[in-house]
Amino acid sequence: MTGVEIIAAAFARSDKRAALMPYLMGGFPDIEKSLAIGHAYADGGADLIELGIPYSDPLADGPVIQAAGAQALRAGSTVASVLEVAQELAGRLPVVVMCYANLVLSRGQDQFASALAQAGVSGLIVPDLPIEEAPTLLAACDDRGVALVPLVAPTTPDQRMAKIGSRARGFLYTVAVTGTTGERSQQPTDLAAVVKRARRYTDVPVAVGFGISTPQDADGAAQAGAQGVIVGTRLVRAAAESKDPAEAVRALVSDFAGALR
Amino acid sequence: MKAQAGLQHRFGPYGGQYVPETLMPALGELEAAWLEARDDPAFVDRLSVLLRDFAGRPTPLYLAERFSEKVGGTVYFKREDLLHTGAHKINNALGQALLAQRMGKSRIIAETGAGQHGVATATACALLGLECIVYMGAEDIRRQMPNVERMQLLGAAISPVEAGSGTLKDAVSEAIRDWVTNVATTHYIIGSAVGPAPYPVLVRDLQRVIGDEARSQMLQRTGRLPDRVIACVGGGSNAIGAFIPFADDKEVELIGVEAAGEGIASGRHGAPLTAGGKPGVLHGSLSAVLQDDEGQIAEAHSVSAGLDYPGSGPEHAWLRESGRARYVAVTDDDALAAFTSIAGLEGIIAALESSHALAWVEANPGDGIDLICLSGRGDKDLAEVRQRLNPSTSGP
Repeated sequence: MTGVEIIAAAFARSDKRAALMPYLMGGFPDIEKSLAIGHAYADGGADLIELGIPYSDPLADGPVIQAAGAQALRAGSTVASVLEVAQELAGRLPVVVMCYANLVLSRGQDQFASALAQAGVSGLIVPDLPIEEAPTLLAACDDRGVALVPLVAPTTPDQRMAKIGSRARGFLYTVAVTGTTGERSQQPTDLAAVVKRARRYTDVPVAVGFGISTPQDADGAAQAGAQGVIVGTRLVRAAAESKDPAEAVRALVSDFAGALR
Repeated sequence: MKAQAGLQHRFGPYGGQYVPETLMPALGELEAAWLEARDDPAFVDRLSVLLRDFAGRPTPLYLAERFSEKVGGTVYFKREDLLHTGAHKINNALGQALLAQRMGKSRIIAETGAGQHGVATATACALLGLECIVYMGAEDIRRQMPNVERMQLLGAAISPVEAGSGTLKDAVSEAIRDWVTNVATTHYIIGSAVGPAPYPVLVRDLQRVIGDEARSQMLQRTGRLPDRVIACVGGGSNAIGAFIPFADDKEVELIGVEAAGEGIASGRHGAPLTAGGKPGVLHGSLSAVLQDDEGQIAEAHSVSAGLDYPGSGPEHAWLRESGRARYVAVTDDDALAAFTSIAGLEGIIAALESSHALAWVEANPGDGIDLICLSGRGDKDLAEVRQRLNPSTSGP
């Protein structure tokens, strides 16, 4: 199966109203523990995993994920070591890598797509690569069956959303809030409207991320029509605050999964 | 949607728009607004009146006789240091603040390294009644305290950035994150010819007044063009403004001077154009960037906060690659020596940034006419220089 097919199957197979996709910062707090956290996500009921590669200048991320990325880099995490984590986890559930553009360009777009395919990674999200800059990488990923997942935001106008939606592979990452990643005390009031627009303009599942902090938020996203829910900062913070990160996130992921069943 | 009849997004392979999707509509809106504004006589007139009566343009072209005598050849300074707020940054800040007002954005954010762009933006915002938030690295706040106090007096809120090295790079990143969050109400006045399109063109358009004035002043004074135009390059806004009006004058050599810090070989510098290496994406555009083998952005180093930046404007990367301009670098020590010597020689306290350009000409004299862009004044640097030259004295 290609990565695109593996992702489609994971959404179809999910026993929840929306597939649960927890975000894992690769190499945080170190490589070994991040692998354990990934396994805990799977144990807790995740349907897919979004695996972040730490980057020095993550423009789309709020303070918690920034700090986790910085710690991962200090601990010696590299693209290669995170892809080893990906390979381990891909045996259990589909892995979608989240990675900033410069790491992709630095290795070469074809080479990067090949490395993902070799590691058994199903999809790729590049948060600072809008469709205008993406044609080369999209072709490289298509050639290898890796799904290049684009993002849309509340600020994306209809015409543009149609263009992005038609080029989406795997799923359409719908940013719930105008802002960076991070927990929010209040969910955006216009979430249903964004999800509705996103679904109108694409054939792939619509997954919502940014600001999903509680199981109630996940439930709200599913009710708003999301077919997938991405939870990032809340889990990264739990991993950062706990002496036993794997155990802490397993319980949390299971709470999120419960809310979506 | 873009490119046709729009502004230039690429300079050769460099430039582009590597930003989160959330910002893409705002960049389109900014591009459309600038295309309209720069052709609107009322806007152009308002800006030029402010540049004349408020900022102090045109700035003099000054024949630096004693400096010329010392280095040989004939050296003119374009005196951007004499502008209101003390540097060329006000050219861009006034233009972008007027543009923001025209776009109906009431909240302005900016980043600053040396503090000059922050002061210029705070000044423009005070003048136009706009809210102003300035992101500044914690390390830069320490070494540029007089400018922090100025910005506060002008009504700006200073937002310290602790992340990374606490310098310009981190301040830009944090400003972009603010913009991603508050894009509906906010305009980001980026301070250099960097960032995603249309910023490099917008900033160049607003800074080319430096070169336009200098070119006609030079023709008027000497009846000819300079042989070399020399300017310091951090992100490269004063340099692009000085260079572009001479770009078609093939006989004029264009030289950008970067920060060699503790030396290129040391790895502790701010000279991506000089050092070479593969291009990379930083702050929304592809250009010459300091990075490691995997593409992690490296920390820059320079005694001058304004040059302490691992990236460079994409048009500079293209001017280098096309051979139209060349890029060189000057160490901390040589820049400090020029800072001191130019004060005694010409009675000008030049910014540490500009002192890099002066130091390069001192070491590489020409035999014709040199035009140096003296991009700013160095009052802000006194405490830092004193501490550097005599580490035993306590700070300010």
